[in-house]
Amino acid sequence: MIMGSNMAECHPVAFRWPLKAKTEHGAVLMHVDPRFTRTSALCDIHAQIRAGTDIAFLGGLITHVINSDRWNSDPFFREYVVNYTNAATLVNSEFKDTEELDGLFSGLSADGRVYSRESWSYQRNPAPKPSVTESKNFTDLLLQRIPGRPKTDPTLKDRQCVFQIVKRHYSRYTPEMVERVCGCSKEVFLKVADTLLNNSGRDRTSNITYAVGWTQHTVGVQIIRTAGMLQALLGNIGRPGGGVLALRGHATIQGSTDIATLYHSLPGYLNMPDARLNHDTLKDFILTEATPVATSYWGNYPKFAVSYFKAQFGDAATKENDYGYNYHPKITGDHSHLPMFVDMMAGRIKGFLCVGQNPAVGGQNARFQRKALAKLDWMVVRDFFETETASFWRNSPEIISGELKTADIKTEIIFLPSATVPEMEGSFTNTQRLLQYHDKAADPPDDCRSNLWFTFHLGKRLKELYKNSSNDRDWAIKNLTWDYEPGPAEVAGWRIKDEPSSYKALKEINGYTWSDKKPVSSFANLKEDGSTVCGAWIYTGVIPEEGRNLSARRQADNWISPNWGFAWPANRHIMYNRASADLKGAPWSERKKLVFWDQASGKWVSPAGEGIDFAPAKAPGSKGKDDGLAFDWLGGDDPFIMRPDGKAWLFAPSGLVDGPLPTHYEPYESPVRNPLYKQQANPVVKVWHVEGNSYHKVADPKYPIVISTYRLTEHYLSGVMSRWLPWLAELMPELFCEISPELANEKGIVHGEFMTIETARGQVQARALVTRRMRPFVIDGKTVHQVGMPWHWGWQGTAQGDVVNNLSALVADPNVTIHEGKVFTCNVRAGKRGGV
Amino acid sequence: MAKGMFVDTSICTGCKACQVACKEWNGLDPEPSHFRKEPGMPYPVAFNFTGNSYDNTAKLSATDWRHVLFIEQINYRRVGSRWLFMSDSCKHCADAACLNVCPVSAIEHTDLGNVIVRQDKCVGTKLCNKACPYGVIRFSEKTRTSHKCTLCNDRIHNGLGTACAKACPTGSIAFGDIPELKAKADARLSRLRSLGENKANVYGYSQAGGLKVFYLLMDKPEVYGLPENPVVPQRRQLSSLGTRISTLLAGLAALISLRSRGSGSGIDEDRREISG
Amino acid sequence: MKVDRRQFIKISAGTIGAAVAADLAGLGLDTSAAQEAARAVLAKTGKQTPSICPYCSVGCAQIVMTNDEGRIIDIQGNPDSPISEGTLCPKGAATYQLVNNEHRWTKVKYRAPGSDHWEEKSLEWAMNRAAELVKQTRDADFNEFQELPDGKGGRVKKRVMNTYAVASLGGATIDNEWNYAQQKLMHGLGVVYVENQARI
Repeated sequence: MIMGSNMAECHPVAFRWPLKAKTEHGAVLMHVDPRFTRTSALCDIHAQIRAGTDIAFLGGLITHVINSDRWNSDPFFREYVVNYTNAATLVNSEFKDTEELDGLFSGLSADGRVYSRESWSYQRNPAPKPSVTESKNFTDLLLQRIPGRPKTDPTLKDRQCVFQIVKRHYSRYTPEMVERVCGCSKEVFLKVADTLLNNSGRDRTSNITYAVGWTQHTVGVQIIRTAGMLQALLGNIGRPGGGVLALRGHATIQGSTDIATLYHSLPGYLNMPDARLNHDTLKDFILTEATPVATSYWGNYPKFAVSYFKAQFGDAATKENDYGYNYHPKITGDHSHLPMFVDMMAGRIKGFLCVGQNPAVGGQNARFQRKALAKLDWMVVRDFFETETASFWRNSPEIISGELKTADIKTEIIFLPSATVPEMEGSFTNTQRLLQYHDKAADPPDDCRSNLWFTFHLGKRLKELYKNSSNDRDWAIKNLTWDYEPGPAEVAGWRIKDEPSSYKALKEINGYTWSDKKPVSSFANLKEDGSTVCGAWIYTGVIPEEGRNLSARRQADNWISPNWGFAWPANRHIMYNRASADLKGAPWSERKKLVFWDQASGKWVSPAGEGIDFAPAKAPGSKGKDDGLAFDWLGGDDPFIMRPDGKAWLFAPSGLVDGPLPTHYEPYESPVRNPLYKQQANPVVKVWHVEGNSYHKVADPKYPIVISTYRLTEHYLSGVMSRWLPWLAELMPELFCEISPELANEKGIVHGEFMTIETARGQVQARALVTRRMRPFVIDGKTVHQVGMPWHWGWQGTAQGDVVNNLSALVADPNVTIHEGKVFTCNVRAGKRGGV
Repeated sequence: MAKGMFVDTSICTGCKACQVACKEWNGLDPEPSHFRKEPGMPYPVAFNFTGNSYDNTAKLSATDWRHVLFIEQINYRRVGSRWLFMSDSCKHCADAACLNVCPVSAIEHTDLGNVIVRQDKCVGTKLCNKACPYGVIRFSEKTRTSHKCTLCNDRIHNGLGTACAKACPTGSIAFGDIPELKAKADARLSRLRSLGENKANVYGYSQAGGLKVFYLLMDKPEVYGLPENPVVPQRRQLSSLGTRISTLLAGLAALISLRSRGSGSGIDEDRREISG
Repeated sequence: MKVDRRQFIKISAGTIGAAVAADLAGLGLDTSAAQEAARAVLAKTGKQTPSICPYCSVGCAQIVMTNDEGRIIDIQGNPDSPISEGTLCPKGAATYQLVNNEHRWTKVKYRAPGSDHWEEKSLEWAMNRAAELVKQTRDADFNEFQELPDGKGGRVKKRVMNTYAVASLGGATIDNEWNYAQQKLMHGLGVVYVENQARI
């Protein structure tokens, strides 16, 4: 089931595989999407739903599954769900569900803006007596804080058990309700539901694939969670052919999340120190972050964290100075992309390094973002072409309209030309967590340089400027280890002799022992005593020994291909793969064999060469120690080793700020009143009430039409890597708006001619592509129209058009601050726009 | 062994990778008619939006040797919706109209059965342009000769497949030996028929003496703009003496065209001389 | 037909006398030997370097071909890849034109405050200027401590060691090694507005 993704369009080569499954193995492909797209065209079933109603649809699937005869009669589902998920776990008796509070959960603050999550917690047995009394190190401290095991009811009958709560929560998500909310017929919905159900079980698995069609919502995280729940209920996680596959958008967007250039995260999913929390010292930081998760593999948090700080500051990082923790910056709020531009507009941000990103086109409420750029003192842009971000001061729509004047813009701008991928070496992490190395084929032309060159040489200069400082505030930059100088062999044969060593950087990411500089082969070998450095623990093993780079392996086989690249963690391609075996450790079926318990050797094995995502010798059925950490605490039947209870979470007692169970809320801007609850939208949604960022009201008569933005096969993101390429420009030359004939007739819009799309943020003109691939929905007896626009265009390059993101608003999911680009409201009319 | 391609439109996603891969390997320019210089713009900008579904290149040309067709079949109730795609190119006919009408024998079958325009021989009569029943071969103002897909002549003579087939993400374009490809097409057709795709058919076994590039279509050929019975003009019957004369003439034409290229003049006179 | 990379290399390396064929064609001679030779010559041959597609996240493998002068002359799919098996999408197939593109800027450009034009600068000058700007802005606006709500209605002074005056954006299209170095340098400077495309 592909949902929230236009896979054929945006990931054409990945789509090779589901299509192969269909034509060669009879797999059924289903597409659930508001539009009929190139993906729908190749699928067996297309369920067309109103944009932003994914949770209603998925919730309907959950209810259908757990009430079905098949699910209740096939023992496979019970064995998987009772043992591998938290279905049996008992939840705090004070918890109140949306069923009781008309769309809200217990714990909402008086002002309705934030949830307190105490009532969402598990019922637990008393805490064990700690196994250690002394506190030599962080691990000892964690051992003294192990909570009692969660209480369970394996019969799933207790009213407070997760399964019963889930069942009640989704009981109103009936096929009739799905039809009413999503505008998709009951018959098509049931076809999807039965196909999923009938193709899941001991001998079959179903996969769900999504992309930004799910993330870019004010309930984005919860949509994805619903899919995770559904797959857990169907026993489809940790097994070949199952899972929830995220199709990400950029060559190493996975890598840039793993090794986060993201404000909230340190590499390897350690959290960024946050001054609002009890993160005052390294001990506070580790205890605050690790205590709640110490019974999962995160029980090793101290080793990962200390090795990270040691990697930053080297010899200067000592036990006495908390490994430099005190000099590391702390966040104090949400510093993500949207607030970054709000704060830039407010003059708080003065200098801006913009490296391979084009917010003047790609940013939400792009007019707002461009005007914010004009407030900067300076900006460094690194790219291949004169992007819209680089040129905003001379020919942006705001300059053309006279809203901004070039002479008034004081922003000093340095454009540094970038090398392209074949002109440098380095590793990318693809959407399946697979690291792949690309070699350098040629020197880049003229002054073009790799981005690593830029950061390395900028760092060198800055370190030089600070080298004599004795200020506390300069300690970090002064003591930052910065040895990426290339070895002679690395630059021999190339014109550019000061290109930094990508290998050295990857080795630091991998980790090595500080004393002898030998690579660490496994994250299990990292230490919390400062003897190891490790940039990002999840990548450990990519360089298991000096000179051996596993991301550069290029030997494939017909299946897992363990010798092609390196899948983090530890070359595990399918996470939680202990779940591919039953309670006894035997494969669920011969067809779906992956990882299983080998009695003879007393080990988990995988003939396919798959990395074992479990303790290698922990026998099935073995009990964990109540007073242990990580694998000591986890039992032999706890496959979900990154969860503190070892189970897949149907109910999320922690980790989410907007509820433990996904609930259908309408998009922030919607023409429809929530048919399910009194609560209209996500109660804790992130909004920015600032000038230039007005929102539409619910069912706003001025903006009655739903709009989605998306990508095309022929272009890439904000167009920097496609609109300058004539071969691609001629394939999709001009901006268009997809609109149904019904709406076009109503508005007098003529196919092929210009139309204008308008929101409170801006207006754009586009060619009208009138097509029955778009259709009006009937929601609660009322017609709801929807239009769609690709967002690749800007005013530069060999294909040009208006910036579609001028239309969208700064509004975001409360968990991760991703914007709601997939659904908001607008109005449309025939003809070109006036002004800008 | 004759080589060819089987295009299975039932698994084409209309991604156009074939179009770009073709241009990349064969070093083809963007189609000049797609771009326009606007006042104030330092470089030409594409303006070739057609509104014809996702197809903007519209047809084959001297620089577009491949083209992907988009056909939306959706009724007002949106029941049984289909979006059909077809990646089109030269079909490398066994009985090739272009070859038949070329007065200078600049078009030939190679030992692998593909039809190529010998750029060293072509003098730009454009007769082939008119003769091709599929509108494939096209004249280039830049080179003053005609161009079309060569079935990646250089690649296939070196044991490689065509660039388009290699790039095709779903395997919709398959390159190989004709009998194998036919077996594949037949198997796929019977599979689709068994799934209830009653309109599916294979196009190209009988047309123009048999096409080296044939198609599994999901609807009648006319839906894709393909003639059921393409009209192929035949080569004039020539005496053995005539054959020798025409070979001589062709040699002469080649020499003249080589000389006249570069000088950039006299093409029309050359052509008159040859065709007269 | 599947040709793996080793075969491909062999084939490309094994091609014969392009020069001979060109000579004959130049003479306007039409020998069948010349014709056969012309057929046998691959349009592009050269050194092959394994690479990865710069576009989406699927991670299709590419082979980059360079000629004797070290110039990139061809980029196509790598048949060995278990992910892409030699295939590419239109963007991946166009990578050659991303590299060899007349619109590409290959020199440093500078726009002075209030100026209406770009001027060309040396790389050295630009890097020094960038370092100077980062330092100036950071130093003028660095916070060792900040008052924050204590969660009990009061305020408390916390050590933050950060600057809100500098921001860094981008990274999802750039090597892991760069992302590592960039976050390290930014954290070293106290920069907390660090973001990339993962949130859009």
